[in-house]
Amino acid sequence: MSQAPDLPLWAALLVSLLVVAGAGVAFLGSLGLVRLRSFYSRVHAPSLGATLGAGCILIASMICFSVLRSRPMVHELLISLFVTITTPVTLMLLARAALYRDHAEGRTNVPPLPKRRPEGAGPGEGTT
Amino acid sequence: MSALILGWSLTLAQLLLGLAMGCAVLRLLRGPRAQDRILGLDTLYVNSMLLLLTIGMRSGATLYFEAALIIGLLGFVGTVALSKFLMRGEVIE
Amino acid sequence: MNRILTRILPHPKLFLALLAMWLLMNQSVSPGQILFGALVAFGGAWSMVALQPEPVRLRRPRAMITLAWRVFLDVFSSNFAVARIILRGRDGDRNAGFMTVQLDMTSHYGLAVLSIILTCTPGTLWVNYTSSTGTLLLHVLDLVDEEEWTRLIKERYERLLMEIFE
Repeated sequence: MSQAPDLPLWAALLVSLLVVAGAGVAFLGSLGLVRLRSFYSRVHAPSLGATLGAGCILIASMICFSVLRSRPMVHELLISLFVTITTPVTLMLLARAALYRDHAEGRTNVPPLPKRRPEGAGPGEGTT
Repeated sequence: MSALILGWSLTLAQLLLGLAMGCAVLRLLRGPRAQDRILGLDTLYVNSMLLLLTIGMRSGATLYFEAALIIGLLGFVGTVALSKFLMRGEVIE
Repeated sequence: MNRILTRILPHPKLFLALLAMWLLMNQSVSPGQILFGALVAFGGAWSMVALQPEPVRLRRPRAMITLAWRVFLDVFSSNFAVARIILRGRDGDRNAGFMTVQLDMTSHYGLAVLSIILTCTPGTLWVNYTSSTGTLLLHVLDLVDEEEWTRLIKERYERLLMEIFE
C-alpha cells in the first residue's frame, strides 16, 4: 500500500491493532445508527465511536508520533478531553429536543416532560 | 516490513471509517425526522475527525491534528445550535 | 499570602489548566510559549471572575481515582454490550426504554460529572433532571432489570460523587 511511516516492528503492530480496533468500533456505532429502529435507541450509537473508537485511534496516534519524533507527543490528549466533554452535551441536547418535539406533537409513547416553570425556568429545570 | 503492516492496517481502518461515514450519510438522507438527520450529521463529524487522524498518521505530519481538532469543534457547535433550533425554533434565546 | 494570590490570580487551578492546554497545543515548553500561554491563561482566569461560578470543593482524591477507574472499565464493558445489541439484528433494541431514578445528590458539579459519565458510557443516556424533586429521566438501551440499573447508578457512581463533591 502507499507510503506509511517506518516505525519499529513492535510500534507498528501496536499502532495497527489500535487503529483497526478503533475504526471497527466507530463503524459498529455508525452501523447502529442504521440498524436500530427507534430514535431514542439510535442516540446511543454514536457514543461508541466517540468513546472507545476515538480513544483507540488517539492512543495509536500518540504512540505513532512519539516513536516517529522520538519525544513524547501527547497533544492528542486535548482532542480526547474535548470529545469526552462535548459528546454528552450534544447527545443530551438532541434527546431533550426530540422529547420536546414528540410532546409538542402529542405522541403518547414517551415519558412526560416535567412542568416548565412559568418564567425563565430558573437554574433548576435544565440539566447541566 | 513494518511500514507495510502499518500501511495495510491504516488502509483497512480508513475503509472502515469510510463505511461508517456512509452509514451516517444514509441516516442523514433517510431521516425520517429532523432529529435523526442531526444525529447522522454529528456522527459524520466524529467519523471524519477520526479519518483525518488516520490520514495524519499515514503522512507523518502533525498538520492533520489541527484539522481534526477544528472538525471536532465545528461539529460540536453545529450540533448544539441545530438541537437548540429544534427545541424552540430559535438558536439563541 | 493566599488572599494576595487570589487577588492577583483569581482561579489558580484554571490558570494552570489553561497554561497546560496552551503548551500542549503548541508542543513546546520554550520560555516564549510559557510567557504567552501564561498571558492567555491570566486573561481566561480573570474572565472567569465575571461568570461568578459557585466555589467548588474537591475532596477525597482516592475516591476520584476509584471513580475514574470504574468509569474506564465501564466504558469498555458497555461498548461491548452495545455492540452486541447492534449486531443482534433488526430486533436488537426491543428492551430499550425510559426509566427514572431518584437521586440524593444536589451538588451541581456532581450532577454535571454524573451526566457526563452516564452519557459517555454507551447504553445509558441522561435525558432530563428535575431539581425540585431530584428525579432523573434516563433512556437505557438494555432495560431488562430496572432495579439493577438504579443500583448501578446509585451505588457505583452517585455515592462516590457525593463523597467527592459534598
